[in-house]
Amino acid sequence: MSFPFFPAQASSSAEQVDHLFFGLLALSGLVLLIVFAPMIFFLFKYRRGMRVNRRLRSSSAVRLEIIWTAVSLLLSTGLFAWGAKVYLDLERPPAGGLEIHVIGKQWMWKAQHAEGNREINELHVPAGQTVRLILATEDVIHSFYLPAFRIKQDAVPGRYTQEWFLAKKPGTYHLFCAEYCGAKHSQMIGRIVVMPPAEYENWLKNGQPAESLARGGERLFRELDCSGCHMGSTVVRSPRLEGIYGKPAPLANGQFQVANEQYLRDSILLPQAQIAAGYEPLMPTFKGRVSEEELVQLIAYIKSLGDQRAP
Amino acid sequence: MPEPARALAEQFDDLSQQREACELGMWTFLATEVLFFGGLFLAYIVYRGEYPQEFAEASRRTELVLGTLNTAILLTSSLTMALAVQAARAFQTRQLVVRLTLTVLLGSIFLAVKGFEYHKEISEHLLPGAHYSLAGSKRGEIFFYLYFAMTGLHALHVLAGICLLSGMAVLALRRRFTSVYYHPVEISGLYWHFVDIVWVFLYPLIYLIGLR
Amino acid sequence: MRTVESGRVRPVQPRENYLSAGDTVSSWLLTTDHKRIGLLYLASILFFFAIAAAAAALMRIELITPKGDLVASETYNKLFTVHGVLMVWFFLIPSIPAVLGNFVIPLMIGARDVAFPKLNLLSWYLFIAGGALAVYSIVRGGVDTGWTFYTPYSSTFSQTHVISMAAGIFVAGFSSIITGMNFLITIQKMRAPGLTWFRLPLFIWSMFATSMILVLATPVLAITLALMSLERIWGIGIFDPKLGGDPILFQHLFWFYSHPAVYIMILPGMGVVSEVIACFSKKQIFGYHFVAFSSLAIAVIGFLVWGHHMFVSSQSLYAGVVFSFLSFLVAVPSAIKVFNWTATLYKGSISFETPMLYVLGFIGLFTVGGLTGLFLAALGVDVHVTDTYFVVAHFHYIMVGGMVTAFMGGLHFWWPKMTGRLYPERLGQLAALITFIGFNLTFFPQFILGYLGMPRRYHAYPDEFQVYNVLSSAGASILGVGYLLPLIYLVWSLRHGKRAEENPWQATGLEWQTSSPPPVHNFEETPIVTEQAYHYPPLGEEEEHA
Repeated sequence: MSFPFFPAQASSSAEQVDHLFFGLLALSGLVLLIVFAPMIFFLFKYRRGMRVNRRLRSSSAVRLEIIWTAVSLLLSTGLFAWGAKVYLDLERPPAGGLEIHVIGKQWMWKAQHAEGNREINELHVPAGQTVRLILATEDVIHSFYLPAFRIKQDAVPGRYTQEWFLAKKPGTYHLFCAEYCGAKHSQMIGRIVVMPPAEYENWLKNGQPAESLARGGERLFRELDCSGCHMGSTVVRSPRLEGIYGKPAPLANGQFQVANEQYLRDSILLPQAQIAAGYEPLMPTFKGRVSEEELVQLIAYIKSLGDQRAP
Repeated sequence: MPEPARALAEQFDDLSQQREACELGMWTFLATEVLFFGGLFLAYIVYRGEYPQEFAEASRRTELVLGTLNTAILLTSSLTMALAVQAARAFQTRQLVVRLTLTVLLGSIFLAVKGFEYHKEISEHLLPGAHYSLAGSKRGEIFFYLYFAMTGLHALHVLAGICLLSGMAVLALRRRFTSVYYHPVEISGLYWHFVDIVWVFLYPLIYLIGLR
Repeated sequence: MRTVESGRVRPVQPRENYLSAGDTVSSWLLTTDHKRIGLLYLASILFFFAIAAAAAALMRIELITPKGDLVASETYNKLFTVHGVLMVWFFLIPSIPAVLGNFVIPLMIGARDVAFPKLNLLSWYLFIAGGALAVYSIVRGGVDTGWTFYTPYSSTFSQTHVISMAAGIFVAGFSSIITGMNFLITIQKMRAPGLTWFRLPLFIWSMFATSMILVLATPVLAITLALMSLERIWGIGIFDPKLGGDPILFQHLFWFYSHPAVYIMILPGMGVVSEVIACFSKKQIFGYHFVAFSSLAIAVIGFLVWGHHMFVSSQSLYAGVVFSFLSFLVAVPSAIKVFNWTATLYKGSISFETPMLYVLGFIGLFTVGGLTGLFLAALGVDVHVTDTYFVVAHFHYIMVGGMVTAFMGGLHFWWPKMTGRLYPERLGQLAALITFIGFNLTFFPQFILGYLGMPRRYHAYPDEFQVYNVLSSAGASILGVGYLLPLIYLVWSLRHGKRAEENPWQATGLEWQTSSPPPVHNFEETPIVTEQAYHYPPLGEEEEHA
């Protein structure tokens, strides 16, 4: 019978989190000692019937109160700051890296690699490279939890959320759904498989489907007739999409919105929400006509358009 | 005329302690009401901040005339209520009953107008749900969802107030109040004024945000 | 009529007390006596505790094996939902306030009753009505949303009886609000002559702080559940993303209530601790003013930290940082209490009767629970352990190790006053010890499980988590014995326990200056207060008093 205490430290962040945990543990141990040692000592020494000096000057010591309050405040603030620092590192991805789209639905995880590879309840990733996961859900709130990497992020309906990691050690680790989502919540589990980079490339090639995400998106763009308006139409004036991704898009209300995945998704599903400056609100909604996975493909395609504006 | 002692509940030492306790109780209750309505107002603020145009659009479909009429009615009823409290303090029982009745009447007219308004809106397919059909985005539906929820909750409170004040009028008719014991009327007045103030906040948020 | 305190004299019972004044059913069901209402609540919350404990037992038995083989997934999900809903709203929140608070507060402040006795009775009936709706929901098949009712699962997807359960909680919420209101006014307006604020027992201070939270937070829960239910009925709503609504708004509204609610579920316990520790150290509480103000501080700051339940929900990072800071801040007043209680023991004359054992257990378990709260407040660690068994362990340390333990301590402390009987002391001490051991064995392994990564609300789990689950389930059976024992001997004591005198613990406090049980109107004559709380005679050198 084994008594494991810690999950594997499979990512760069896992170590940071564990250090913070140990710091908290040490502090807790200290506090427990400072509180319980005197307490147990007093319980023994001052038991009723013990002949001992009980003359007490006062039942109040403002200076003592201030000292232990100040020390508590100081320790609290220190721990808070440390925790916040680790958190901001955990949550803010470095630039670049691999992007993988993950869609949760009752009760499975579907992953789509940029090259088009699809997985269910499994995620293959290369070691030593930053991986950014873009999470979505088709129904209720789920949460993509990788204990070995010490990260989790809720997938919330109606929006995209993200999670990133840099896996260090090749191996297979747990994937759990960590937000209760109905009947088979505890079966919405799987594995994350970290491979050395060369192996990962092989795995990609071997499982590669005919279309990459972007190619699939390009196909959908034609099939749904997005190109009818957005690829230079003589009938309808529509914003061109080349190079739009990642840059601030001017809106009709005078504000600017960075055209990230969420913006592109909202533009397709809820086009009346944010009208592009200088254009009429003519775009129809594609809600009900595209699935979450197709949205991922369309967005991948739009992202791939880069700066190919015709002169 | 009943002795003041009968008005004194046995847990209290004297009438003034009882009055203070009841008044404090009513204020505490009103604080809970602020938090209760507060959740709805918060939801309204959040969504209006996100979808200002759709909210303004939807607001233009509300019945401005009826809403304004209702505001005048409710404000007047607060006046009659304040006058009723004054009558209670001056131990003028007949005036008290008359003014309480007026307040109840005005409150009832408010509800009747509100009911008429709802009827109109439902027949115009503004009730959120399967039959909703305001052209444009779905966010307007959120406005009407909040409209019915907030004014509906408010109307329930008006109804409760009507029952409360009717009860006060009956007690007054039975000569239960005296020159020193009338605080139930005072704290009922507090409640009624609160219901009025909630409306004063609701009115512009519902009816006026779309005005051009 | 006061008895002379001289140890061996047989206590003289008044001819009539609140228990003997009327024994018809209607004298109980139509009572406006705060003492009887307290007992009505006691019986009712025990009923709901039993159902919720049975659910927990089934869950722990299921979790002995990694596979979900005892009950179906859907059933398991209903079990943890029912456990959470009943324990939070129908056991813990009313526990100390509605049982001990109702009984003791007027006595402690020298009043004849609470400010609004009829409203008090109404609050009990609302509690029963809410409970009836909850039981109806369970009998019709139960609810599977978790006690947190997150949308859109609860508002759109769940196929269970959500609305009747939500309605039950809604109605019971009004019971809480009325109780809180009653206590606020009673404490403010009905104190005996001479009983100034800083002469009040600390139990009153914590009940005052608790009542502020009851009154201000509960309405937000009510409107939130109502909106979620309307969304379910109407088919559209403000939390529905398909309309442009926001499921996270539900979480904000829900936790704005539910975080302060956990302070409702600990502050009264802290009040009990102050009373008992002073009494069984025969000493003035150390740092009275600091302990009093810390209750208020916890209540106020407690309203500002709700976002710490939402660090990974897609809430903004910067909001997360602010909530984390405030959460660390709210730990400080709790720490101050623990330090002051420990200091109270210094140079005391300490005895280890059952209430004291429970209270010492509280200090230990609450401190562990509170420290693990810091782990959760620390953003970097929370990302890993939120929604895992670490959180489950944390809140059970506070709510069970803390609040339930304090409730047991308070129940034993005031039992002689409430019933006129003494419980069997040795059995009481044994049960307290068994509970302490069983509790730790049940919940400490769960911290380890959480850090290993076992998510909460899991019906089945990977094999490597089994060893800790087995330990936890073993502990649960011991804990069950620890709770069963008092049920048996307390009921036994009603008939066969030794009769209690006015002040069996030699405690200060107005409640001990009247007979056990008290007369209907609490005091033969209104007491006048001239001394501080906990005015125990100074303990001299060497040995002390009898």
